[in-house]
This record gives sequence, structure tokens and C-alpha cells, in this order.
Amino acid sequence: MEFWRWVFCVLLLIASSLRVGAEQLRRGQRTERISGSAGDVLEDNPVGRLKVFVYELPSKYNKKILQKDPRCLTHMFAAEIFMHRFLLSSPVRTLNPEEADWFYTPVYTTCDLTPNGLPLPFKSPRMMRSAIQLISSNWPYWNRTEGADHFFVVPHDFGACFHYQEEKAIERGILHLLQRATLVQTFGQRNHVCLKEGSITIPPYAPPQKMQSHLIPPDTPRSIFVYFRGLFYDVGNDPEGGYYARGARAAVWENFKDNPLFDISTEHPMTYYEDMQRAVFCLCPLGWAPWSPRLVEGVIFGCIPVIIADDIVLPFADAIPWEEIGVFVAEEDVPNLDTILTSIPPEVILRKQRLLANPSMKQAMLFPQPAQPGDAFHQILNGLARKLPHDRNIYLKPGEKILNWTAGPVGDLKPW
Amino acid sequence: MKLSALQQSYTNRRSNSFRAAGGLDSSVDGSGKSPAAVFWLVLHGLCCLISLVLGFRFSRLVFFLFFSTASNGGTSGLYPSTPFLGTTADIAGSLSFQANSSPNLELPPNRTAGGISSSRVVVGRHGIRIRPWPHPNPDEVMKAHRIIERVQREQKLQFGIKNPRTVIVVTPTYVRTFQTLHLTGLMHSLMNVPYDLIWIVVEAGGTTNETASLLAKSGLRTIHIGFDKRMPNSWEDRHRLEAQMRLRALRIVREEKLDGIVMFGDDSNMHSMELFDEIQKVTWIGAVSVGILAHSGNTDELSSVVHKKAEEENLPPPVQGPACNSSEKLVGWHIFNSLPYVGNGATYIDDRATVLPRKLEWSGFVLNSRLLWKEAEDRPEWVKDLDKLDGVSEEIESPLSLLKDPSMVEPLGSCGRKVLLWWLRVEARTDSKFPARLVF
Repeated sequence: MEFWRWVFCVLLLIASSLRVGAEQLRRGQRTERISGSAGDVLEDNPVGRLKVFVYELPSKYNKKILQKDPRCLTHMFAAEIFMHRFLLSSPVRTLNPEEADWFYTPVYTTCDLTPNGLPLPFKSPRMMRSAIQLISSNWPYWNRTEGADHFFVVPHDFGACFHYQEEKAIERGILHLLQRATLVQTFGQRNHVCLKEGSITIPPYAPPQKMQSHLIPPDTPRSIFVYFRGLFYDVGNDPEGGYYARGARAAVWENFKDNPLFDISTEHPMTYYEDMQRAVFCLCPLGWAPWSPRLVEGVIFGCIPVIIADDIVLPFADAIPWEEIGVFVAEEDVPNLDTILTSIPPEVILRKQRLLANPSMKQAMLFPQPAQPGDAFHQILNGLARKLPHDRNIYLKPGEKILNWTAGPVGDLKPW
Repeated sequence: MKLSALQQSYTNRRSNSFRAAGGLDSSVDGSGKSPAAVFWLVLHGLCCLISLVLGFRFSRLVFFLFFSTASNGGTSGLYPSTPFLGTTADIAGSLSFQANSSPNLELPPNRTAGGISSSRVVVGRHGIRIRPWPHPNPDEVMKAHRIIERVQREQKLQFGIKNPRTVIVVTPTYVRTFQTLHLTGLMHSLMNVPYDLIWIVVEAGGTTNETASLLAKSGLRTIHIGFDKRMPNSWEDRHRLEAQMRLRALRIVREEKLDGIVMFGDDSNMHSMELFDEIQKVTWIGAVSVGILAHSGNTDELSSVVHKKAEEENLPPPVQGPACNSSEKLVGWHIFNSLPYVGNGATYIDDRATVLPRKLEWSGFVLNSRLLWKEAEDRPEWVKDLDKLDGVSEEIESPLSLLKDPSMVEPLGSCGRKVLLWWLRVEARTDSKFPARLVF
């Protein structure tokens, strides 16, 4: 009899864990629970599951750079700065490196800006290298694992490849010294040199206050079918077309410029955020890099993202089931975009909107100050916690060396 | 010591690259130029010269030829597999090389050091795919509209009014040139209202077939009754008759015990859809702001002086409606300022002077129909009984006459700040040569 009671309990447990997507009424707004391949992990609390030690680097690696150009706090690469600030005051931080599971190096590699505000990546490899040399000579923890339990935030276009042009980035590859570390980056594309296995993809930084201040009443009817604002041809860098966005954005323009369902243009309207809240679908095509802040904006404003970027890896892909939330269109199917979107059954569209309305989904895409439970900082920590415990073989035997400190392009070896 | 060793090897490298005199960019390993690179450089120069001669970059021509008619591309298939194959120096070969001048760095076999499986996403130039007929397909446009409609319906269910009440619209009308124009506008507004609707149309001079056929096109539930008097010519008398016609309609509401919210929809007014959402919030009697578009039929001197003064002072269009204090309580009324028009207002229908509204228009008020019933359980005491008013002995100017206590009116539309309907009286001259109704 005991045995059958145990069987019954086990079956009950299995049944409850298989329940996916239960509907719940929350203040008149129907939402649905979100659970990705790692399970229902968006609302996990990382405190107590991991400990992070923050290296004390001289301020020339972080504070002085920020002082030189405070624009770094508002552009889309600001995640590296806010992650540092969050970790300094977070309960997962430990001051005792012996008990730390992960080690964080606060180096702001994406803060060398042109007058226009675009980051120059040319000094970033040297900066990163210099920081790693510092931590490996002042603390023993880098040499113990050659960086396998260290993580770095590299939010630039192509992550740790440190270049804005894809060909050059591929040619450089990921900085050799980082090949064992975990990279937290915005770039994600399958089978690409610049995405190494085990990286955590994060959303680009979007200013939360600015977006909250543009919210409109939720009963405003959604009357735009497809919405997009941005460049289709990058006339400065790619005058003939074909390189920028692999021709996908230009294809969108050429095929749908006279279609009344597609509200697409290159203007910069003052009502951009408000318009997104009045649209059913928002296009998120690739640009020079496959990721874009439009995904974050679409999620916050409840507009279903239509992702046109082959093989892209979206933020927190193991925690968020993006296929159920967004619409993925292959770049070669762009000429049939209208057929694809109109053939989605309305129930599916309503379900996607319910998933997007889930507040934990919106929280997971934001970097609010001060940090709130369930936001992107916590999702990064959750991702790091899911990678624990570290495998025994990351700890090198004494005298064993894997990294080649002189590998990489010659220019990188110059001191910073 | 590690650092100094690094520096030594670094200086060695540096001198190496200088010796090679790299014209190529620094990302290429400084191990000297390979003959293949020289070959590509020469070929590139040749193509530049050719394009100089021709006058345009002929790579673009290739793309128009290859891609503008293809509905689907296998663009990666059109590129030669590796750029290091010795393509012959004939023009076609050099053309496709021109397209590939940024080499596909993922494909050369000596770069599989990272162990990354080859991606089907290729860096470099891609064609712009355009389908053969890049114009909207009407079937898909209809499907998209149905999707939008479904989404909006869901939005209304989630955020809109729960338990909407029937809207009872009271409209006085009469046969005239512009009747079709005005009534059709009102009819289309009412047809778009998402709630149940009862339309009571009171027609001066008795019911006519023309009005009835117009109303039948709406598909709404209509109650069409006639009123025995004919519409007089002077505006004063007209206003009085319209008030009586409206009272007649209110008596019908009382007799038939219609349940809902009574609003006065004059056929010459313009209603916004938000008005119908807003009036659902009324408990007993509510007031909304009415924008007044008083105009004159001509540009004669007297009226233009008034208008110019108004424009100079940059006055917003006058609004009639409830006035609130800072704690959102009703304290008074904004009424139309007719002082500038004193003596110049239109008195009869063909007058070319400005047509003026009354102090408080009926259309700015909405009532709960239970106020009009004979016995309603929870009817407040500050409402007069409808039977006691007959509109002849005393002048009924506005629904406020129905109340003993006018301060019980609820201000709607964020306390009168939102203008939800617009008043405008435009009528043709009585001697207009158009037939009794405009036939399209």
C-alpha cells in the first residue's frame, strides 16, 4: 500500500511539473506563464544560489573612462556599466574570493565613443588583455582555471570579436584570452565564430524610465498591422545595397513600400513609442549586426516582434520560449512577409499577446536602476547559476597551461 | 618577467610587419604578401580601370540581371565556392569576382581551426529579393483587417466597459435639403457604436416615407414617430419645437420602459466614438463638453470683424459644458459667450449672420432612462416627474429643467476637459432649388 501511495505522489509531481502555460487572470489582464527549455525560471531568485567576487581594478579601466564620456550610460551598450553597479551592491557579491563561484572583471570596453556616439572597438582588445594581465598577476584565481570561472560583459556589436564589421570580426575571432571564460553579450548567431558555447545572450540596454513615460492607455485600439522605423539602405557605408542587413531590409522596403498594412519609413517620429503600442506586429530585422533594441521595445509595448535574422540567438534563450512569443521569418521569405503574417491564426496572435503581457517577461528585458526582482540582471545571475556547479576539470593541474598569451593579431599585443 | 618577454616578441613582430610594407589592413597576419593576394590586387585594379572606361560600376548591372526577376534566390549558390579557385580572366568571371571582392572568410578550408561547423549564413553581398508583383494583395489586406478586428475586440473585452448598457439616441429631424446629409452622418456614427442601440427619431410635420427609407438602411432598431407641427422658420421657434419633440421622445422611453442611457443626438452634430464609451459611465445624469463651431454663412463686414478679433486673441473654439474645481467636483457651467454676437445673430433660417447655439445644448447631457420611468425603485428625489412638465407652460431649455437640484449632474470626459462632440448648424436656404432631399 505504501508503495502505491508513493507512486501516486510521484505521478502527481510529474503532472504538476508538466503543466505549461496555465492561464491566470491578473487584474483584468489575461496573461500566461512563460517557461522555456530550462523550465519556469524567469522568476527564480539567484540570491543564495551563487556567489560572485568583483575584482577591484584601478579606475582607469572603469570610472575614469565613464567620466570622460557620460554618454556611455544611455547608449545601448550601457549594460556593462550597470551590471558592475548592480553587482557591487547585490547580495550575491562576496568579499571572500575563496568562496566565490564566479569572478567578475569590471572593464568598460565599449565606452570609447566617437563624437557621434558610436563606440570604437580598436582599443578594446588591448584594454581587455591588459585587465586580464592585471588580474592574473595580482590574484591567483585566473591562473587556477585560466578564466573558466570568470565572466565578462561584452555588449558590443559582435561581442568579444571587438569589431563592428562582420568580416573583420570573424577574421579576428573571439579574443584568445577569453576562450575559456563565460561571455555575457548581446550578439547571438548560431554557428558563428563570435558566439562561443556557453555564452549568455542578453538584451541591449534600453532606458526603462524613458519607455515607461511613453505608455498610453491599454484600451487604445491596435490599428497598425505592421510597424517599422529605421534605415533600409545604409547610404553612408553601403551605397548600392546588398551588404547592409544582407539585403533583407532593402527587400522589405522594395516589396512593401506601397502596402497600406505596412507602416514603414525612415523617419524619426516623436511618437515612436506610442505608435508601437498601437501596432500588432513590429519588425525587428537585422542591421549590421543581427540584434537590435527593437526587440526590447516590442516586448515592453506589447507589439509582437517579427524577427528577420537567420540563425539569431535571442536573449535568455533557455529561459524564454521565443518561438512562442515572436514570429520568425527567414531572410529569403521576406518577399512573402504579408502572406506569412496574415496566415497566422488569430488565436495564436492573441496567445502571443498574452505572453507578451506577462509582467515577468517585460521585467526580464529591462535593466532598471535600482535593480528589481526578475529583471535582466537577475536573469544573467540565474543563467550563471544554472551553469553551476563547475566541472572538476576546469581546474588546471599545477604547471598546466592552455592559453597562449601571444596569440591573436599583432596590434592586440601592444600595452594599453 | 612574463611581460618583458611579451614585449620582446612584440617588437620583433613589429619590425617584421614593417619590412613587409603591408599595404593590406593590419588585421592580416604580418607574414608577407602571398602571390594570390597580388593576383587579386591586379585583377581588382583591372576591373577598376574597366569601370572607369565604361563609366559605371558594372557589378550593379550583374545584380539587376541576376536578381530582379528571381522570386527566390539561392544567393549563396551563385557565389563561387572559394575565391582561391583560379577563375579565368574573362569578363563574367571577373564580374562575379567583383561581387565577391570581400572574400568569404568562412569558407576557405584553412580556417576550420575553431571547429565551427560552416554556417549557411554567408557574409558579403546579397541580392535584394523582390517578388514579381510587389504590390498589396487584396485578399491578404482583408485577412489582416479581420485579424486587427479580432485583436481590438479582445482589447475591448479586457480593458473596455464591462456590462455595457443600451444607448437610446433621441433625434429630432424634419425633411429638408440637408436632411440626407446630416442624418447619414449621424446614422454612420451610430452604426459604428459597439453597444446595443435604440434610435428614436421624431420628425416634425409627421412621418414621411423618405425619412423612413433612410432609416431602414441603417439596420438599427429605430422608433420613428411624427410630430404634428411643422418646423417654423425662425431659430427661436425651432429651438422651442425641438425641445418639445425631445420631450415627446422621452415620453416614449417612459411608456415603453426602455432601459439604458438616453443621449440627445442632433442630426447636425458630429459625435466621436469615445463619446459613446464615456457615457456608459453615467449613473443618473451626466454632462459632456460640446465644442461649438459657430460660423457665419458669408464674409460680410460685421461678422468678419468678430471673427478677426477671435483669431487675433487666438481663442480656442468655444466649448459648452461642465466646469469643475480642482477636486473634480462640478461647480458651474461653461456656456457659449454670445456677447460678441449680440445683435448679429441669425434670427431666421435664411439669415446670413452667424447661427448661434443656445446657452446649454441638449446634446451635452445624458440621462439614465430610469429617471424617466413612472416607478423606479432607486430614483433619486432630486428629479422631477416627467408628466409634470409639458413644455408649453414653462420653457424647457435644457435637461436641467428636469432636475430639482442641478448640482447632482456628473461631469464626464475627464471633468469636461475632453470635447467629445461638436455642434454645428448648417442648413440650406428655404428657397434652394435642390429637391426636397439630395438624391445621390
